[in-house]
Amino acid sequence: MLKSWKVRFGLGVLVFFVLLAIIGPLLPLDPRANDFSAISQPPSAKHLFGTTQFGQDVLAQTVAGARGSMLVGILAALIGTLIAVLVGVPAGYFGRAVDNGLNFLTNLFLVMPVLPLILIVAGYVQGTGPWVIALIIGLFGWSGGARTLRAQALSLSSRDFVLAMRMVGEPHRRLIFFEVLPHLTGWISAMFLHGMIGGVMAEAGLAFLGITDSGSISWGTMIQAAQQQSAVLRGFWWWFVPPGLCIALIGTAATMVNFGVDEVSNPKLRMARRSVVVRTRKVVEA
Amino acid sequence: MVRWAFLARRLGFYLAAAAAAIVLNFLLPRLMPGDPSSAIVEELERVSGQQVPAETLMSIRAIFGNPHANLLQQFGDYVRQLAHGDLGVSVVNFPVPVADLVSQAMPWTLLLVGATTVTAFAIGTLLGVVAGWKAGSRFDAILTPFTTFLSSVPYFWVALLALWVFGFVLGWTPLSGGYDADLPQGFTFAYVLSVLHHGILPAATIVFSAFGGWLLGMRNMTVTTVREDYVLLAQAKGLSPGRVMLRYAARNAMLPSFTGFAMALGHVVGGALLTEIVFSYPGIGYLMYEALQKRDYPMMQGVFLLITLTVLLANLIADLMYVLLDPRIRARG
Repeated sequence: MLKSWKVRFGLGVLVFFVLLAIIGPLLPLDPRANDFSAISQPPSAKHLFGTTQFGQDVLAQTVAGARGSMLVGILAALIGTLIAVLVGVPAGYFGRAVDNGLNFLTNLFLVMPVLPLILIVAGYVQGTGPWVIALIIGLFGWSGGARTLRAQALSLSSRDFVLAMRMVGEPHRRLIFFEVLPHLTGWISAMFLHGMIGGVMAEAGLAFLGITDSGSISWGTMIQAAQQQSAVLRGFWWWFVPPGLCIALIGTAATMVNFGVDEVSNPKLRMARRSVVVRTRKVVEA
Repeated sequence: MVRWAFLARRLGFYLAAAAAAIVLNFLLPRLMPGDPSSAIVEELERVSGQQVPAETLMSIRAIFGNPHANLLQQFGDYVRQLAHGDLGVSVVNFPVPVADLVSQAMPWTLLLVGATTVTAFAIGTLLGVVAGWKAGSRFDAILTPFTTFLSSVPYFWVALLALWVFGFVLGWTPLSGGYDADLPQGFTFAYVLSVLHHGILPAATIVFSAFGGWLLGMRNMTVTTVREDYVLLAQAKGLSPGRVMLRYAARNAMLPSFTGFAMALGHVVGGALLTEIVFSYPGIGYLMYEALQKRDYPMMQGVFLLITLTVLLANLIADLMYVLLDPRIRARG
């Protein structure tokens, strides 16, 4: 799997940001310190990413933001993935009435516009910390994953090895956890990565609307602060460009990993890679 | 006949979904900590400086919870209130009803989101077919990673960048609003022109952020259909390459894009709401932003209900299109 450059690039970026989030507080950067000799300064040797209107170092804020955003993203993905497994796998495995009920629930959350739903719930509990925000995002963002898992569990549950174990008289619990679930780990990890980007983006959206606790620092609150102080109309691009780029980088990295995994598991997609096409063409021409 | 059974089932599902949305809208304020209905009444009295009329009090209690009635009775009152088109009174814009504010903002959002969704879907699908048809070509090798990056960028951040570059640095477009406030509203040439002038940048940023998702999905589906036997047969018959690509490969590859429409649409609507805020565009998103900032619960509830019902309707339309596109529905049911 590591042979694919997409997977290597993606994992590299993700590991970098996770490390940044972990060791961030140890770095000699204070995101809240105000340097009154440098207000709204563009990038310079002293402040590599420039400073905000309050004289805060944008680099220090971006590093601290990694912690805030990744924490929400990972928590939301954990919650969302867990619900997706709990809803999707039994639906596909048991079928019939269980499936009808769970599938209806999944489809319901699938067609509901999730962001407005998150917004309104978060609006009632305004100014909450990252834990509650992650919980809300996870609670409403599992439906796509559950649909995929249902389809996979459905096809697995009628395979010979599962049927054989059922004949032997194994209980459903054991069948689900030891026969069906291990075959779904690839899907589940892809779902986790997808949920993580979704969580980071949703947190950024909520922070942008000013719903999250304004004391905590995340990439979203950075962009929101820049917007509130009219950074755009005053040309302070260095304030809102870094946090957005970081979100985009993480998103791209996670998508690349998922793409690479897809290519490994689906030979048709692997044939469509440029390196393969160029190599084949050379062989044919020679 | 099976086609009608399929349609009836989908229609039933969407009716159930709409009912669920209404129940959710009913339950949310009642599940929340504190007592929203008393908070709203207090806020209204503070803002207006007078006692809330009995009629308004009744309507607020019907929508946000009545401490003197049981839940079933409350739900009855709530549905009756909705049936009359009453979504309560906006706290911030007292005494304007929420329904009036929402119906003023709705056309702006419908126009913006509708036009951009169709455009983004068309561009994304077409480019996706071309990229997938010649998978591994230089076009594909450059475009696909680039769109992966694009689809990972938050909408509102793209909007901020666009506003900075085209509005601030280049000065090509206005910095905020949806129309020229100096012109009288109406279907005059100057007014329509000002609407287009204000709308072009928000629309462009939404299309820019949204088409990538459809492109990637379509590309991967096209890659898998290219080697199907029916494509080979079409080529063997000597049909033109364009015809084979669009009428044979693309038509089959497109189906998942339609079934995935629901998920994508929710995403686009969410992104568009945030984009409206960046541009101070007079639509639903901006209304929601104002409501959130000022804790205007009646407005939040009303906006949420309308967005949800509209998205459900759009999904129903996508399902109808699906029946037209996939003749197999008739046989399979």
